[in-house]
Amino acid sequence: MSGIPHDHYEPKTKGEKWIHSRLPIVGLMYDTLMIPTPKNLNWMWIWGIVLTFCLVLQIITGIVLAMHYNPSVDGAFASIEHIMRNVNGGHMLRYIHMNGASLFFVAVYAHIFRGLYYGSYKAPREITWIIGMIIYLLMMATAFMGYVLPWGQMSFWGATVITGLFGAVPFVGEAIQTLLLGGPAVDNATLNRFFSLHYLLPFVIAGLVILHIWAFHTTGNNNPTGVPVRTTSKEEAEKDTLPFWPYFVIKDLFALAVILVVFFAVVGFMPNYLGHPDNYIEANALATPAHIVPEWYFLPFYAILRAFTSEVWVVQIASFVTGGIVNATFFGVLAMFGSIAVMAAVPWLDTSRVRSGRYRPMFKWWFWLLVVDFFVLMWVGAMPAEEPYATISLLATTYWFAYFLVILPLLGVIEKPDAQPETIEEDFNAHYAPKVGGTTTIVNPAE
Amino acid sequence: MNMIKVTLLSALVAFTAPAAFAAGEKGAPIDNIDFSFDGPFGTYDVNQLQRGLQVYTEVCSACHGLKYVPLRTLGDDGGPMLPEEQVIEYSKQWEVFDADLDDFRDATPVDHFPKSGLETAPDLSLMAKKRKAFSGPYGLGINQLLYGFGGAEYIAALLHGYTGEEKTQAGVTLYENKYFEGGWLSMAPPLYEEAVEYADGSSNSVEAMAEDVAAFLMWTAEPKMAARKQAGFAGVIFLTLLSVLLYLTNKRLWSSVKHKD
Repeated sequence: MSGIPHDHYEPKTKGEKWIHSRLPIVGLMYDTLMIPTPKNLNWMWIWGIVLTFCLVLQIITGIVLAMHYNPSVDGAFASIEHIMRNVNGGHMLRYIHMNGASLFFVAVYAHIFRGLYYGSYKAPREITWIIGMIIYLLMMATAFMGYVLPWGQMSFWGATVITGLFGAVPFVGEAIQTLLLGGPAVDNATLNRFFSLHYLLPFVIAGLVILHIWAFHTTGNNNPTGVPVRTTSKEEAEKDTLPFWPYFVIKDLFALAVILVVFFAVVGFMPNYLGHPDNYIEANALATPAHIVPEWYFLPFYAILRAFTSEVWVVQIASFVTGGIVNATFFGVLAMFGSIAVMAAVPWLDTSRVRSGRYRPMFKWWFWLLVVDFFVLMWVGAMPAEEPYATISLLATTYWFAYFLVILPLLGVIEKPDAQPETIEEDFNAHYAPKVGGTTTIVNPAE
Repeated sequence: MNMIKVTLLSALVAFTAPAAFAAGEKGAPIDNIDFSFDGPFGTYDVNQLQRGLQVYTEVCSACHGLKYVPLRTLGDDGGPMLPEEQVIEYSKQWEVFDADLDDFRDATPVDHFPKSGLETAPDLSLMAKKRKAFSGPYGLGINQLLYGFGGAEYIAALLHGYTGEEKTQAGVTLYENKYFEGGWLSMAPPLYEEAVEYADGSSNSVEAMAEDVAAFLMWTAEPKMAARKQAGFAGVIFLTLLSVLLYLTNKRLWSSVKHKD
């Protein structure tokens, strides 16, 4: 599959040949699993496996939960309690599914920031990056709709607030909102369509994950140096790479096991840590909670949404120029989607010819400031909409956009990059001295 | 190496971020109570749950219900563990509406506790999970691993937090309580000294009864806690073992590629 020269699957027995000439599925699996992978990948390259695991975990636990769930406004809340009390292992299934969503987002944020640091989005991996961004958007939609299903107070009011955002779109907003809700307000129709879509979207994500993997198997993995694998000959390629199985499968599984220790500790000993107590109160259209806060993984973007009030001068200008069509709410919505759009456009915004942040002395500082900025946004997103949080979120939002729209384009021009290694092999050997007599022998430890 | 630190740090920060959620409780600060079910090793105290059940039955149930709690679970492991005959006997004191008979009949263990008799009295099944009293340190909430998030503490505090002041507002009598958000609530002080007589001779001071019923309500909110913690331990131990094995496998596997001097 990949452009890196390597051995392909050759059917040997008569049976293998019979299958291979009809459906080359074994060959596909062999090539996928044995893909030459840069041997210098560090521990930030483990999140893909974690994410794949999360998707499978959420689908399996979700399917079983759906067998016991009742998607109606009268029965939803009670059916969750039924799962928690009467279904065999139901309490574990639900807590795993609930916290599994959080693990999914921890992993996806780590995965995205890994990509941002090592320039994984740069040519030729733009399509991998774009597909990744679509997956991320779908994950957010899925998680949001999933959070509505228990029909607690935060479910209901979160749904009211978020669908209300679409209502802020000029002209067509109200129609979109009605379509989303299936009526004038969050009600039974909303719950039913959210349940249906919450079941559907993970399979769309699974399809996109296959495309995501296909895309980077075509270009080959990025690596911490950003230097491409030598593809002139198989011998050279083998000096830069190792087959995915067993080297990276075992490494990734080790990392996954360690992460799952923490995950199971959270599920077992503090399963409601990341939840909100108000969601154990059944939805009530007549009682608005004091603070409506989204789940933690939405907080950075929720902060961007709320940052633009009618007092902010850019909002006032936008409103004046458009004759009031772009009001503060709509501006906030545009900013929120814009903040993800600029991230999706980063392959074309980053002008530097150097791929990895490791060799970009100025970039490093700005990148780590972006990471800090992300956590600042997460923090202010959970705070009430008052000073000093309003100013902080406005500043943090400004930096988010400035990083992608100003700093990255400029850095490519003004920055003087450090020297990069010639090859991946050189980088690897700088860390691990080569054995006398060369490194080409790959020993199978099972022997 | 640097990236490992970053990985761990980002995971940690992400897990601690929702800290700020706890902000907004305006009642007096609530102290932790050393409940038997706190912490990863904590389990419910069966005697305390039975005492709490008694307080609930004799006092709270006059107005409040437990509509999500099946009566049969009173006999479950990790709960009040009443013997089967006692569960049947206990169930009989409640009346439930039977749609098939189109009439009320005595409850059996397969029925749930009745719902609130007083319309304005909230159902108590999940009360201990609906309320959050503390989230330390520094609002990070990590403490709940050891102390829980204070739902039971809130209930106990509320029950003995009355100041004795009352006022009438729009024809409703309100009672001042230092732990209640806003300070005034319509529930009259439900407990007084020696309100119930415990068979085991335990203290029946207002504080003791409040703790007992708070523990009982934690159980009604989280009846599978013992099973959950057990599963948590199984998961953590098994995965730690697996991690060690995979670490060793990985080390051996890569040793033929990495040749550190």
